[in-house]
Amino acid sequence: MISLLIRDLKLAFRAGGGFGLGLAFFLIVTVLVPFGVGPNSVLLSKIAPGILWLGALLACLLSLDRILALDWEDGSLDLLATSPLPLEGVVTIKSLAHWLTTGLPLTLAAPLFGLLLSLPEGGYLWLVLSLMVGTPALSVIGTFGAALTVGIKRGGLLLSLLVLPLYVPTLIFGAELARRGAEGLATTTPLLMLAGITFGVIALLPFASALVLRVNLR
Amino acid sequence: MGSIWEYANPVKFSRTAGVVLPWVSVFATVALIVGLVWGFFFTPDDYRQGSTVKIIYLHVPAALMAINVWFMMLVTSLVWLVRRHHVSALAAKGAAPVGIVMTLIALVTGAIWGQPMWGTWWAWDPRLTSFLILFLFYLGYMALWEAIDNPDTAADLTAVLCIVGSVFAVLSRYAVNFWNQGLHQGASLSLDKEENVADVFSTPLYVCIAGFVLLFIALVFLRTRTEIHKRRAKALLARERLG
Repeated sequence: MISLLIRDLKLAFRAGGGFGLGLAFFLIVTVLVPFGVGPNSVLLSKIAPGILWLGALLACLLSLDRILALDWEDGSLDLLATSPLPLEGVVTIKSLAHWLTTGLPLTLAAPLFGLLLSLPEGGYLWLVLSLMVGTPALSVIGTFGAALTVGIKRGGLLLSLLVLPLYVPTLIFGAELARRGAEGLATTTPLLMLAGITFGVIALLPFASALVLRVNLR
Repeated sequence: MGSIWEYANPVKFSRTAGVVLPWVSVFATVALIVGLVWGFFFTPDDYRQGSTVKIIYLHVPAALMAINVWFMMLVTSLVWLVRRHHVSALAAKGAAPVGIVMTLIALVTGAIWGQPMWGTWWAWDPRLTSFLILFLFYLGYMALWEAIDNPDTAADLTAVLCIVGSVFAVLSRYAVNFWNQGLHQGASLSLDKEENVADVFSTPLYVCIAGFVLLFIALVFLRTRTEIHKRRAKALLARERLG
């Protein structure tokens, strides 16, 4: 399991792995927003949590088809499926590797981008916390979408369409948590809901992902 | 009448569908004509909403069906995954386009009513948002069916998507409720509430709902039978080519 994780991480970090892609996309979104809505810092600080969450989500979406497609093409997915490691474990490791290469860097970079969007003082902690809790759910749900569409050539559009409605609850609670944190309101409910979604999908969705992956591999 | 599983046999299903279909279609047509004509021409105007109130005869049944069609697809998907009856998977496939049209009718009639009443075509109200999300689920479900060549693989994948999607659809419903307070009125057709829609309006509405349900049943029978025939034609063609 550990060696699979290390292999995936190496593949992502080395050339052509697309590690920087998500971060670059996140940067582009946050830099372009002020040009789009104007430099008014009152307005910017009001929409900053939502924009940052949206940017993180889209950056995540961008790299989803890399989770399984490359392994599917060169046949290593078949090898993994016949290995002693259960497919549920493989899928979980894939999600973890995706999170470590996109979700975690995005979370760590978010305060910097928050500065660009003049996020209120108290909002940084909650922004990082909400992304830290919420982005694993994005990776796990995304892996499910990637497993569904792995057999389809040029399935990128379909993958986005399938994952889009599945991301809605996470986005709502994540952005709400960041917004309430920034405005100094009570944060317990969205935090608990967000954590509930994340732990729920980590516990259950790998089984569904492994199921559809088996169907695609037969 | 034997067990319900007898109808999992495509031949038996097709034969039964052939017998039932004309009756259901006739009843659906009658119920829809009676309900809609009654609703549009023989009910009084509401004292505040004027004649715009009459759009409920399309809006409410369509919205009801939009949700229940998805529920039916969930049940047939589960049956397919557990018992591998092809008719079940094909029924789910056949129901999806009907469901998406119902969702669209509900959204469009709602917008047409909302424009004069709420002063806007669209608001990010929880119910409206949930229906938009439901629409996306239908769209993704149908796109996945179309994208995969092998029919059994497609049936399996869409069935799992339907089940996972159902969980997320319910989750989204609560999430959007939490996220925004609504403009949309609450339920007003329940049996145990004190304040309901007045009988003059609700009786034709029930007829319309019955008409929509019958219409849906007729369409699903028809579409499922068509899918069975399509598959048989494909098998025959393949056999012919092999010589």
